[in-house]
Amino acid sequence: MPSKLNDKARKLSRREFLIKLSTAAAASAVCGTAALVFHSSEPVKRSTGKIYTFKNYRVSDTSAALPKLAVVHGKDAEKMVRAAIDKLGGIGQFIKPADKVLIKPNVGWDRQPELAANTNPDVVAAVVRLCVEAKAASVWVTDVSINDPYRSFARSGIESAVLKAGGKVKFTTGSDFLDTDLKGEMLKIWPVSAFFHQVDKVINIPIAKHHSLSKCTLSMKNWYGTLGGQRNRLHQDINTSIADLATAIRPTLTIMDATRILKTNGPTGGSISDTAIGDTIIAGTDEVAIDTYCLSFFDLKAADVPYIQIAEQRGVGTSDWKSLASEEFTV
Amino acid sequence: MKPGKKLITLLNVRRVYSVFFFALFLALLYITDFRHLKGYETPLFLELDPLVAAAAFFTSFTVYKGLALSLLIIIPTIFFGRFFCSWVCPFGILNQWISHLFNKRRAVDDYRTNAYRDVYRIKYYILAALGVLAIFGALQIGLFDPIALLTRSFTIGILPAANYISGGIYIKQPLFIGGVLVSVIFLVILAANRFITRFWCRVLCPLGAFMGLLSMASVLRIRRDVDKCTDCQRCLRYCHGGCEPHGQLRYSECHLCMTCVEQCPEGAIHYGLSKEASSVHRPVDVSRRRIIETVIGAAVLFPMMRSAVNGKNLPLSGLIRPPGSIEEEDFLRRCIKCGQCMRVCPTNVIQPALLEGGLEGLWTPVLHNKIGYCEYNCVLCGHVCPTGAIMPLTVEKKIGKKPDIKPTKIGTAFYDHGRCLPWSMNIDCIVCEEVCPTSPKAIWFKEEELILRDGTVRKFKRPIVDTQLCVGCGICENKCPVHDKPAVRVTPIGETRSKTNRMILKG
Repeated sequence: MPSKLNDKARKLSRREFLIKLSTAAAASAVCGTAALVFHSSEPVKRSTGKIYTFKNYRVSDTSAALPKLAVVHGKDAEKMVRAAIDKLGGIGQFIKPADKVLIKPNVGWDRQPELAANTNPDVVAAVVRLCVEAKAASVWVTDVSINDPYRSFARSGIESAVLKAGGKVKFTTGSDFLDTDLKGEMLKIWPVSAFFHQVDKVINIPIAKHHSLSKCTLSMKNWYGTLGGQRNRLHQDINTSIADLATAIRPTLTIMDATRILKTNGPTGGSISDTAIGDTIIAGTDEVAIDTYCLSFFDLKAADVPYIQIAEQRGVGTSDWKSLASEEFTV
Repeated sequence: MKPGKKLITLLNVRRVYSVFFFALFLALLYITDFRHLKGYETPLFLELDPLVAAAAFFTSFTVYKGLALSLLIIIPTIFFGRFFCSWVCPFGILNQWISHLFNKRRAVDDYRTNAYRDVYRIKYYILAALGVLAIFGALQIGLFDPIALLTRSFTIGILPAANYISGGIYIKQPLFIGGVLVSVIFLVILAANRFITRFWCRVLCPLGAFMGLLSMASVLRIRRDVDKCTDCQRCLRYCHGGCEPHGQLRYSECHLCMTCVEQCPEGAIHYGLSKEASSVHRPVDVSRRRIIETVIGAAVLFPMMRSAVNGKNLPLSGLIRPPGSIEEEDFLRRCIKCGQCMRVCPTNVIQPALLEGGLEGLWTPVLHNKIGYCEYNCVLCGHVCPTGAIMPLTVEKKIGKKPDIKPTKIGTAFYDHGRCLPWSMNIDCIVCEEVCPTSPKAIWFKEEELILRDGTVRKFKRPIVDTQLCVGCGICENKCPVHDKPAVRVTPIGETRSKTNRMILKG
C-alpha cells in the first residue's frame, strides 16, 4: 500500500543541481580554509597585548639657580604648598598650559583625615588648584586603594576637596589596568593603572607614615598605589620593590605631606594617638632627598632604611639632602 | 485610540501604578550602595510586604521597625481585595510583562491560558506549610516570598550580569558563591510564563495566597451583571489572575487588574459594591483535606529540621555573620534571605550561604573573606536589613571606643603556620599586619633570628594574632598572598553575638 505521506520531491533541473553542488563545494572550501588558517600546536589562541612603559614625566629645563628642595613649616596647608612651589620656581616650571596632569596622593584607606592614614585633603586640593591655575588641560587625582575605593576617597575627604578645587577623581576599576614593563630587578611586567599612560605630568603627594616592614612609607613607597594585580607579594622583597618602582616612575614633582604624621601603628593607624603634628610640607624633584629628610620624623637614619640606599645607588636621587640647594622657612 | 474612549480609566491608572512601582523597585535597589545610600528607605518593598511582616511576627512576636509599613498593604487589601499583585508587586508586574511578550496573542490562546486551573491551589498549600513552620519558629518564607526572591535574584543575578556586560554599577565585578543557582531559578520562573501566564503569581506565590485570604471579607470587588452579560467571555481574554470574571468570580484570585471592566462590550462588569443583578462569587478553592495534610506535614517536618545540624545547635567554622547580626537562633527567626546586605556590601564579602549554616540557612548572609573582607568602618548591612536579623550599628559601636564600648567582634583570625611565608618558608611578608585595621593592631609580630639553609643567620618578622584585639574583619585573610587557601583565616569563634561560641575564659 502506498504511503499516506505521499508528497513527492521534485526532480532537480541541471541549473538547480549545479547551484547545490557549488554551494556544497563552497561550504567545504570555507571549512577547509578555516582549518588551515587556524591550525596550530597551541590549544588556546591568545592575543598578546601591548606592553607599556612609563614615560619620563620630569621637566628637564629647570633653572640651575633655583633651589631643588623646599621645606615649609606652618599651619595653613594651602599657603605652605604655594610657598614651597614658589620657592622651586612656581608651578609654571613644572606644569605647562594644556598639560594633562595626574596627581597621586595616598588614598589607601577608609579613614578620616585626622587619622593621618591618607594624604591631607587640603594639601591635595592646594595642588589641584595650582595645576588648574597653571591652565592644565585636565587635573586627575587617582590611587589604587587597599580598602574600598569609594569609601576611601569619600571618607579621606579627598573626593570632595578635589571636586571643589576643580579636579577630577579617577577611580581605578578592574579594567583600568595596562601591562607595563617596570624593567626592575624584582618587578618586571605588572598591571599599572592606565591613567599613568594617559597623562603628560605626574605629581606625587605622599604622606609620611610608619610602616612595620619597610620602617616608613614616604614618597617612593607611594608608587605601590599604581599597581594592580597581586601586589601583596611585593612585601617579600619590599626594599628592592620600592627602589624598582622609584626607578621606573619619574614624577614631575613630589610634595610630601608631613602636616600630620602617622608615627605608630602604620600604615593604617586608626587612633589619634598614633599621629603627631608635623606642620611641614617638603617639595622637590629628588624623591630620595625628600624621603631622607622625612626620616627624622621617625628617628631613623638613611642607613636604617635599605630602600633609600638602593635607590641612591641606582641614581634615583641623593640621600645627602643637605648637598642640594634647599630652602627651609616658615609661613 | 478610538474616539470617545476614556483615557482615565481604572485600567490605565493601574498601568501607571505598575510602571511606577517597578521603576521604584529598580531605583531603590540601584541606590542601595555606599555612594547613593543617603537615608532613603531602600528596603521599602520588603517592608511593605505583608507576608514578611506576618511570618517574622510569628517567629519572634515583634513587628520590627519599617515592617509596620506592611499595614499600608494589609488594610487596603481587606477592604479592596488583592490589588497588590498587579498594581504594586514588582515581581507580579514583571511576570505580567514577560507573559505578554512570550505568549501568542490569538484570542483562542488567551482564553485558554487565562482560564482557571486546579493547580492554582498550590500556592495556598505553600502558604500553609511556610506559615506553620513560622508559627513553630522556623522562618523559611524567604524562599518563596516574591519580594525577597526578586531582590535576591537582582542582587545576585541581574545586577552583576548587567555590570559584566556594561560596567558602571560596581567598581569591581561582584562574585557570588553559587550565584548561578539563584539566577537559574529566577530565569526558570520567568520562562514558566511561556506555559501558564503568570505562572508564579497564580500557582506558587504564597504572598498572593495570603492576599487572597485577606480579601475574603472585601466588599469592593469586580462584579458581573448577569442581566447585561451575554456570556461572550471577552472579559477573560486579558485576565491577570485567571479568576473567571465571566462566571462566578474567584475573588481570591482576582488582582483587580481592571482589564475585564474595560473589555466588556456590554458594560456588564464594574468594580464596586454588589448590585441587584450581580453574580455570586466563589470562595477560596482549597480542599480542607489537603490543607490538613500540609499542616501535619509541616508540623512533622519542624522537629526533623531541629534534628539537623545548623549554626544554632553546633558551632560552624564557615558561618561568619555580618556585624550586628543577632544570635544565630534569633537570626534564623528573622532572616528572609533577601540579599539587601549583599547588595550594599562594598567589598562583596557577604555571600549567600549554601550549606555553611545547614540547609535551613540557605542563602542567608555569610562572610567569605577570600572574596572580600568586612570594611572596618562600614556599617551599611545593618542599616538596610528589613527584619533586624542584622541590627543597625553605629561606627562607634562596631569598632568600639575606649574605654567603655567594646568592639563588635564577628570572629577571630588564626595562623596556619605551615602556609605562612615568614613562619615556614623564611620569606618576609606581614601583609596581614600592614592591613590590620585596629589600633593597636591585633596582628603583631616577633622578630626571630633563624639559620637559613646555607648557614647564614637572618631576622624574620613572624606574625601573631592578639585574640583580645582581633575583631574578625578578615582583611588579613583577604590580602594574604598565599591566596588559594590563606595562611591566616577567620572563623566565627569569639563572635560578640554568641554567648556559647567562645574559646577564651576571659572573653
